[in-house]
Amino acid sequence: MLKVTSIERGIVIDHISSGKGLKIFQKLSLDKLNTPVVLLMNVQSKELGKKDIIKIQDFIDLDLRILGLIDPNITINIIEKDQIVEKKKVELPQKVKGLFQCKNPRCITSIDTYVEPEFTLAKNSRRKYKCSYCEELTEYKL
Amino acid sequence: MNLTGRHLIDPNDFTIEELQKVIDLGLDIYNNPSNYSDICRGKILGTLFYEPSTRTRLSFESAMLRMGGSVLGFSDSNTSSVSKGETIADTIRVLDGYADVLVMRHPREGAPKLASEFSSVPVINGGDGGHQHPTQTLTDLVTIQHYRGKISNLKVAFCGDLLFGRTVHSLLKTLSRFPHISFVLISPEQLKIPSHLRDEIISNTNVEIIETQSLEDHINEVDILYMTRIQKERFFNEEEYVKLKDSYVLCKDKLKNAKEDLLILHPLPRVNEINYDVDSDPRAKYFEQAKLGVYARMALMALVLGVI
Repeated sequence: MLKVTSIERGIVIDHISSGKGLKIFQKLSLDKLNTPVVLLMNVQSKELGKKDIIKIQDFIDLDLRILGLIDPNITINIIEKDQIVEKKKVELPQKVKGLFQCKNPRCITSIDTYVEPEFTLAKNSRRKYKCSYCEELTEYKL
Repeated sequence: MNLTGRHLIDPNDFTIEELQKVIDLGLDIYNNPSNYSDICRGKILGTLFYEPSTRTRLSFESAMLRMGGSVLGFSDSNTSSVSKGETIADTIRVLDGYADVLVMRHPREGAPKLASEFSSVPVINGGDGGHQHPTQTLTDLVTIQHYRGKISNLKVAFCGDLLFGRTVHSLLKTLSRFPHISFVLISPEQLKIPSHLRDEIISNTNVEIIETQSLEDHINEVDILYMTRIQKERFFNEEEYVKLKDSYVLCKDKLKNAKEDLLILHPLPRVNEINYDVDSDPRAKYFEQAKLGVYARMALMALVLGVI
């Protein structure tokens, strides 16, 4: 069995839906860190069946909005002296700015690229965001 | 309730009470134009028309000139600095120093909102792509109030291009906020209203909506029939346009079963969706609607300029 030791101090991004770990790794540019980082894929999970986990042997600024957007089931564990000192849940953000593009080809944000597209989570929707400029709905896809 | 300095980008920017204030003032100006002929002396309207729109532009210009103000601007982006690649942000930052109120028509959806973020003077959306056209909505509301005396207890049919028809989007959103309104939405399957708009209306109000492809099945039951043109410029695929362009043609014969006090409206210009034989029908009010649009815009500009 594969064995990965726990980290003494840093961040564990847990409960990542299986298959999304690599995408999160790339989105957060974790390959650019100078500290040890581990990506575990297809780990057995009671809740999810299989899950991915990322362990970072350091503290970095994590954009919780982007993590919520990618996978609202994610848990962030903050580790100090081998102990979990804080658990953070991420959520699908209500408002998002500049993290993705509006899908409407007629939207002004597709031409005037200095504009950071802003979105609000659409009513009665778990994934679709309404553009604040053209009101079209865009579903965020990693 | 103060509209001075306010932008009008989306009809929802104004409350129903604020919209009613514009409507009432528009009709008062219509009935007593001489009382308002000088209220905008010294004020300048800047017209930023990035795509052709003879009617809306001339309606705004007429409105400002009828109040004693002046007009400057462009009506073709090819003859302005825009053709050199200037951004909306820069154009607005310059022009808001030249004018007291700006109206923008743009083929891109959301452009007037972007303009409003960089403007220190009120920006009025004169139509953005297939998105919104709030001053057409004011025109429509003034027309309805003029002929009906109130905006409530109405069954309103929209017919034609409900997907790209910005006048439809704005009026639907706005009418759904008035009391006891219901809608019949008549369109080909490919041109139904955007789902986000339908969801928004349904989730925010208790409005009853019937979606159908048949004009004939519902013409007898509606109080207002709002016809729209199927717009060639909104299609990326010409073949699709050709297939759909003649989906609905209103003619005298089809009006046989309609109510005697039906109001037939159209934002104009029409192509062939209303036969010329309908023009003489007393229920056809689209040319009066265009005329009332000048008074709606006079009222709006007077209020955002704070001259009343």
